[in-house]
Amino acid sequence: MTDPGKQMSDPKSLDIDHIAKLARVALTAEEKARFSEQLGDVLAYVEQLREVDITGVEPTAHAFPVTNVWAEDVPQPTLPVDAALKNAPARRDNMFVVPKVVE
Amino acid sequence: MQNYEAVIGLEVHVQVKTRSKMFTRAAAGFGFPENTLTDPVVLALPGTLPVMNRAALDAVVKAGLMLGCEIAPVCKWDRKNYFYPDSPKNYQISQYDQPVCRGGSVEIELPGPARNVMGEHRRIPLTRIHLEEDVGKLNHFARDSLIDFNRAGTPLMEIVTEPAMHTADEAFAFLTALKTVMIYGGISDCDMEKGQLRCDANISVRPAGQAELGTKVELKNLNSISFVRDGIAHEVARQLAIVRSGGRIDQETRDYDGQTGASQSLRSKEQAHDYRYFPDPDLMPVKVDDAWKERLRATCPELPFEKQRRLYSQYQVPYTITCVLVPDRELSDYFEKAAALSGQPQVAGNWIVNDLLRELGHAKLTLGECRVRPEDLAGLVRLVASGTILTPAAREVFAEMFKTGEKPGAIVEKKGLKAGASSDDLERWCREAVAGDPRAAAEFRAGKESAINAFKGPVMRAAKGGANPKTVDETLRRILAQG
Amino acid sequence: MEPEFHYRTIAELAALLAGRKLSAVDLAQGLIGRRKAVEPAIRAFNSFDEADALAQARASDERRAAGRSLGPLDGIPIGIKDVIAVEGQPLTASSRMLANFVSPYDSTAARKLREAGAVCWGRLNLDEFAMGSSTENSAFGATRNPWDLERVPGGSSGGSAAALAAGEACACLGSDTGGSIRQPAAFCGVVGLKPTYGLVSRYGLIAFASSLDQIGPFARTVGDAALVLGAIAGHDPLDSTSFHVDIPDYASEISRRGGPWKLGIPKEYFGEGLDPEIAAAVEAAVRFYRGRGCEIREVSLPHTRYGIGVYYIIATAECSSNLARYDGIRYGHRSKDAADAVDLYFRSRAEGFGAEVKRRIILGTYVLSSGYHDAYYLRAQKVRTLIRQDFLDAYRDVDALITPISPILPFKAGEKADPLAMYLCDVYTIGVNLAGLPGISLPCGFSKSGLPIGLQLIGQPYREAELLSIAAAYEAAHDWHTRHPDLEKSIAAWNAKNPGSAS
Repeated sequence: MTDPGKQMSDPKSLDIDHIAKLARVALTAEEKARFSEQLGDVLAYVEQLREVDITGVEPTAHAFPVTNVWAEDVPQPTLPVDAALKNAPARRDNMFVVPKVVE
Repeated sequence: MQNYEAVIGLEVHVQVKTRSKMFTRAAAGFGFPENTLTDPVVLALPGTLPVMNRAALDAVVKAGLMLGCEIAPVCKWDRKNYFYPDSPKNYQISQYDQPVCRGGSVEIELPGPARNVMGEHRRIPLTRIHLEEDVGKLNHFARDSLIDFNRAGTPLMEIVTEPAMHTADEAFAFLTALKTVMIYGGISDCDMEKGQLRCDANISVRPAGQAELGTKVELKNLNSISFVRDGIAHEVARQLAIVRSGGRIDQETRDYDGQTGASQSLRSKEQAHDYRYFPDPDLMPVKVDDAWKERLRATCPELPFEKQRRLYSQYQVPYTITCVLVPDRELSDYFEKAAALSGQPQVAGNWIVNDLLRELGHAKLTLGECRVRPEDLAGLVRLVASGTILTPAAREVFAEMFKTGEKPGAIVEKKGLKAGASSDDLERWCREAVAGDPRAAAEFRAGKESAINAFKGPVMRAAKGGANPKTVDETLRRILAQG
Repeated sequence: MEPEFHYRTIAELAALLAGRKLSAVDLAQGLIGRRKAVEPAIRAFNSFDEADALAQARASDERRAAGRSLGPLDGIPIGIKDVIAVEGQPLTASSRMLANFVSPYDSTAARKLREAGAVCWGRLNLDEFAMGSSTENSAFGATRNPWDLERVPGGSSGGSAAALAAGEACACLGSDTGGSIRQPAAFCGVVGLKPTYGLVSRYGLIAFASSLDQIGPFARTVGDAALVLGAIAGHDPLDSTSFHVDIPDYASEISRRGGPWKLGIPKEYFGEGLDPEIAAAVEAAVRFYRGRGCEIREVSLPHTRYGIGVYYIIATAECSSNLARYDGIRYGHRSKDAADAVDLYFRSRAEGFGAEVKRRIILGTYVLSSGYHDAYYLRAQKVRTLIRQDFLDAYRDVDALITPISPILPFKAGEKADPLAMYLCDVYTIGVNLAGLPGISLPCGFSKSGLPIGLQLIGQPYREAELLSIAAAYEAAHDWHTRHPDLEKSIAAWNAKNPGSAS
């Protein structure tokens, strides 16, 4: 996970095409331009975090950390298949339909 | 000609046999009607949250202990972010930089020079074992795909080996050995047909003696242990052909077709996924302390090859028998009970791997359903050992035991199968036989030794195989000598 | 039912219900009538199932008649922010992505309200997926501030705050990730509480930022908030981040504890950018506490200025992952134009999400992406530790902190078009979420122009009883909470200004 090389980058380096692809959101040309600028401003603002001395500081994973939260392996009732598919945009043979997936 | 060696690493997914799923309590299972093993968490409905299944953690720690891994004192959950229709949350809860287990190894047995000769044993080192959740199943049709989420959320153990194997046989042996260990530990049934064991291989070649690894190719869709071996062999051959002709190996993922024996490059996917791993804020880390480890260690069974060695040293059971007993923990437990009580472990072993397994196979029964109890098999062995019955009679007794579950002693009595039954009976049968063939008697008395055989058939028949040939011979000679 | 009933407190209504002076059905009918009168102007609700609401009210009356009343909340209509699942009700997050989604399961909070006999009262508007500070980001249209219909009610729980302020519900549930309960409470002149992280289960709350989100009550008084909190708080085995804490009887705790307390004023919260009228109202509150014998200390939370940066990195990172599930495959909006399965994702999400949601998903994906993870996400989580430590250090010397809620008064719809400018308004609220602390907003005055001003009290972790007591002490000596907007006047003025408009 450590990537010592990269510092906070030039906010203009937000490659919005690449990020939108990772996020699976299609953006119009207008949105790309507008968001790039708006997010550029936010990233520029966020630059000030660079000033903070974080030597030896642990990241906060949870505000109040506890460990070993679990449940016993006792099965609980499942959803009836119609309830599971109730909100499905498309269904067939009790399964969710999607356009053909190319592996 | 330059010598090359293949370098093989395996990434094995083992489904952990729990009753409910990894992060929710919907039942886990295989072969159920589509989408009947779901709940709001499995389907990633808005607002749902994961809760860890403690039994799955137990299973992984146990597996790690059995395989000699280092169990992390603290491990945590990370989100692996990618989009795919079989992944309801479009992230998979997995473990990235703090897995449950590191290191460890699996002892494997390579094929020997002949079927009944034990091959070389080696240890294949592991890199790590971690826990994650399984995805749903996509069914492809001409124009669309259908998704069944029954499998989604099932606990999955990912076992990564070091790139430390060099032949397809080693990979085959690895998977066989791993499967046996998992079954021994009650961790998984590892049935590849049910998707409980899945394997991808990373294969590269390099000039022999070179330290640096060659470009690796990932081979997927290896749907049976045999296909793993064949697919790897095929890929190694493919790579060797390329490098020997001066070509270069492309780093890619290839799909193996077990039917045709060919592989092809998977349609170019995007460059390496950026999974954007980060610690899952919905789940707390897990601390495995010494008490927990000791509690699980106490439930760890003897490992398969340890058992194999012990059966040899303790009972002198040869490889031809242990190679059948050891892969089946129940069968080897059965054997040990019978062996201890029988006083003749090798004989007991023979009965089990030959007669018992054969009959079970014909009757399509499992060992659990078998009517022959190990103590009764031991009894049968003792009856033969003491000379009470002879081997042909023993076969008849065994057949009856298998059918009815009766004790061997009772069957012997019922059928009168005792060897050298009462000496009175034997005396009577011999006298009757001699009396029934005066010509043979006269020939014997005149010096023709072989004439005595004329009487043995009828005596043995009358004794129904329960007569000791030596005793019969002595008795006949005595009677004939009496004139 | 007399008109002012819709502004009675739960405590008062519970007494009337218990005394059989009022039935739950009467109460419900009264509020339904009020809703009809004002909702066209306020637009707080995404949907309201009148038949279901009356059925719940009838069930409450039947219980009471059979002597099986479930307590002070039995029969009380409580509005539910449309991100909190109620079985059989729409769960839209005010997004086109979930416009037709009906929840097949109950959130734990809703289930607990039902177990207390409360009437789950409609689905309240919000900024889409809880992302925003004005409710203008709702895909179904903005909600208006009952105090000034041209102004925003705050956000993201704007519908919850406005419905309560307009008398359309007796209390509401909202959610708070960076101030989304406290800020609209301040903007609408009501009480809003964000509990300590982990006190109230998040199971059934549409996740925005998992390590920051909490469900909490909007109410007319601190006492009412305590009642609702008591009903919904407590460990939930379905939420691995919920805590094992004993839930006290908050109401009796409040009456037991009278102070005095040691209160801290973080100096970084009173600097430049704070509207002078707000500053004055908060300072008056400080003088009140001093007059009550409380020790007032100036404290410092030195990392305050980094809060917004930290928040907008962590919250967007978590939300980019939390919102990945909205893809139109198992539920939700599915694009009709998709060429194949991959295209389906891109188009469904493009069509289903609004601009602010898309922006945050993009930003969140970026700060987690390869090469940038350490510089942004990891660094932000480390600075978060320092922000949290600032609070814990201050708490060595004081019991609670007093601060403003918002640097600005409720603004006009459309005024804050720039995302960054909007984000900067969260400066006093987000630290509380980053540190996981409880925070309460209570009315503490009005601007000269008649707009509500809120006061924030920030408490120590899991010490809601103390926090509520400190708030109650202030409320008992003031009457801000008894003031209500003159909706007849506002609606008439609005109609005059906007002839032919939908209201």
